[in-house]
Amino acid sequence: MSILDIFLWGVLPYVVVVILVGGTIWRYKYDQFGWTTRSSQFYESKLLKFASPLFHYGMLGVFGGHVVGLMIPQSWTEAVGITEDMYHIGGALIMGIPFGLVTLLGLIVMVFRRRTNKSVFAATTVNDKIMYVLLMATIAFGMAVTVISAFQGPHGHNYRADISPWFRSLFIFQPEVSLMHDVPLEFKIHIISAFVLFILWPFTRLVHAFTAPFHYLFRPYIVYRSRGGEKPGGRRGWDPVGTSDRESLLK
Amino acid sequence: MRVMAQVSMIMALDKCLGCHTCSVTCKQAWTNRAGTEYVWFNNVETRPGLGYPKRYEDQEQWKGGWTLNKRGRLELKAGNRFKKLFTIFASPIQPQMSDYYEPWTYDYQNLINAPLGDDFPVAKPKSLITGEDTAIDWSANWDDDLGGTFETGDQDPIVQKIRRESEEKIKFEFEKTFMFYLPRICEHCLNPSCMASCPSGAIYKRSEDGIVLVDQDRCRGWRQCITGCPYKKIYFNHKSGKAEKCTFCYPRIEHGIPTVCAETCVGRMRYIGIFLYDADRVSEAASVADEKELYQAQLDIMLDPFDPEVLREAKKQGIPQSWLEAAQKSPVYKLAKEWKIALPLHPEYRTMPMVWYVPPLSPIIDLLKEQGHDAESKDNLFGAIDSLRIPVEYLAELFTAGDTTVVVNVLKKLAAMRAYMRDITLGGVGKEEIAQAVGMTGEQIYEMYRLMAISKYSERYVVPKAHMEDAHNLEEIGCSLDTDGGPGMLYDDAFSGTGERPTPISTGSYANTARADGKVNIFAWDGKTRPDAMFPDTKGSTRV
Repeated sequence: MSILDIFLWGVLPYVVVVILVGGTIWRYKYDQFGWTTRSSQFYESKLLKFASPLFHYGMLGVFGGHVVGLMIPQSWTEAVGITEDMYHIGGALIMGIPFGLVTLLGLIVMVFRRRTNKSVFAATTVNDKIMYVLLMATIAFGMAVTVISAFQGPHGHNYRADISPWFRSLFIFQPEVSLMHDVPLEFKIHIISAFVLFILWPFTRLVHAFTAPFHYLFRPYIVYRSRGGEKPGGRRGWDPVGTSDRESLLK
Repeated sequence: MRVMAQVSMIMALDKCLGCHTCSVTCKQAWTNRAGTEYVWFNNVETRPGLGYPKRYEDQEQWKGGWTLNKRGRLELKAGNRFKKLFTIFASPIQPQMSDYYEPWTYDYQNLINAPLGDDFPVAKPKSLITGEDTAIDWSANWDDDLGGTFETGDQDPIVQKIRRESEEKIKFEFEKTFMFYLPRICEHCLNPSCMASCPSGAIYKRSEDGIVLVDQDRCRGWRQCITGCPYKKIYFNHKSGKAEKCTFCYPRIEHGIPTVCAETCVGRMRYIGIFLYDADRVSEAASVADEKELYQAQLDIMLDPFDPEVLREAKKQGIPQSWLEAAQKSPVYKLAKEWKIALPLHPEYRTMPMVWYVPPLSPIIDLLKEQGHDAESKDNLFGAIDSLRIPVEYLAELFTAGDTTVVVNVLKKLAAMRAYMRDITLGGVGKEEIAQAVGMTGEQIYEMYRLMAISKYSERYVVPKAHMEDAHNLEEIGCSLDTDGGPGMLYDDAFSGTGERPTPISTGSYANTARADGKVNIFAWDGKTRPDAMFPDTKGSTRV
């Protein structure tokens, strides 16, 4: 167990959580005006219309797969008669690969669109670019891990024997760092890449995921609000007239 | 009965000269920022024409507004709540930049910097989105004054509908065509479908004055409101990623002064006042099965501000006395409910729009004049209104879901007013029978004439001030000393000697609007004093 192991698997996860939660709270409190999907559908719709749902619905499936794989102990699934092979083939491969591919395909098309459509590219910030690199890296390595395991068949690495217990050990503040020592490199890269993505998450447009509007199903259609009801405060406000982008466009 | 107050506007279309001053002043006040280049809270359309954005009235394409579901209940035309959430990852029906236009500027530098040569240098158009050369092929006003209507007029959804239904042709041949202007702002609906579409609940109706606003902090940019609004009067700020819309100039309205578009209207065609309405019956009225009855249903929930029961109930709901008095003097109530000459725009969208229109008589008068008839004679006018089916049907599609009888009645009242007043102007007496022919009295006609033709600022705009008990909560109102009787009132003298304005405005001078943070409240600046805070000293620059 090297210092690096302790840092990566014993310290970094908590740093990630602190920044992810703290950063999100900070942003929610101080940057409501910046909290948006920053949609670019206004510029280009044809590609977005199929790529974005592919990516998002794929992502929902991928997220569900991670929750099951990381949170439900192997002993539980075996107790109900699901062997490791059955789980690997049925869950990880048959469900995981399609969802992963759909997500990756959606993302590739969206990045392609962002790069090739001039209007969309002009509206892309440095922040967006860094976020896209990390998102792509995380998803690509996640996909690679799954595909590699498919070729290895039953001899592949069983992540539910080491990564999942380590992940659960984080929650009780007893990180079992040693479990991660022998994990294959592609898994490690996927996890580290995800950590960096989570650190940046609160400061990118990805925050829109945290305000998914489920309450729309329950609220009344018509909303009345009193004029003096809410105090404005801490808002960033509108940009002044003659913002820099006009000038920079026409240099 | 739940009485609520609604600030409302009426536009008398005969008086619109199509000068676009309203659009320009509105833009200067509200949308002269990057991200809102293409945003026109107020725009003036030439009809027939495609409107802005293109063909926004075709709800089979855009799915705006409400529809009745199988059980006869109101449902968003774009789908129920579940459908809306399931399709949130890429909004399925969304106008593109090409449905508005790609904002541009010109490369004026080239006029100065171009090398010496045989040709005159030109200022090439440049896209404000990509910064590259662009071809200008559409704008907010491309078919202004029927420009290009020979080519595009056939795509006007209303022209198409009338042609489908009535074999008869709307002609675009020069001598047979007609046109009028239609200025449009947000309708500040009683049953707004934009609000109902918003997944985040960021759009709200102010309970005091009914103004519909987007909470910029709560908007998450899902853009469902843009699909939901059948008038396409919610715009997407492509820089901030948030929805923006006409605010009914609420900071001005709170001070008892009219909106910028109304204040600057050259033709004085706009009226602002308040309605009292029964909020409990809005859904019921919007769910009437027959589209042609929606106008009457909407009129029915507008309450009589002289009815003691209404007044009692209004007081119980906490509507201040000054607002009830304003409701009694309201020009919009007179035009819409008392004389019934103002009609809502597209009642068939079932949103209960609160910007109403007095339909134009001028296309008919113009035609009579051209044919050499006496365009002021009652009989000529009445006959022409009936026989000139095309403009009437076109107007009916705009204002009454296609019911021509309502439009004909309104036009007849306007024609009667002309004929009645001509007799008086020529030194005679108004003929009572002209008034009776349209179900009015001569007295009413005269009062109508006064409001329509020569009313003063204070009659056209009856806007009660917001009650300032909680003024400190409002960002726009900097100084709580400005309320009636407060020390801030001292500066009202700044207005003496300006003549025209009948009512002083509480914070109507710059000195009065100085804010604690040193910034300027531009909406209440009087335009005379120098607002120093707007010209900060910047390092290294010298003042000119």
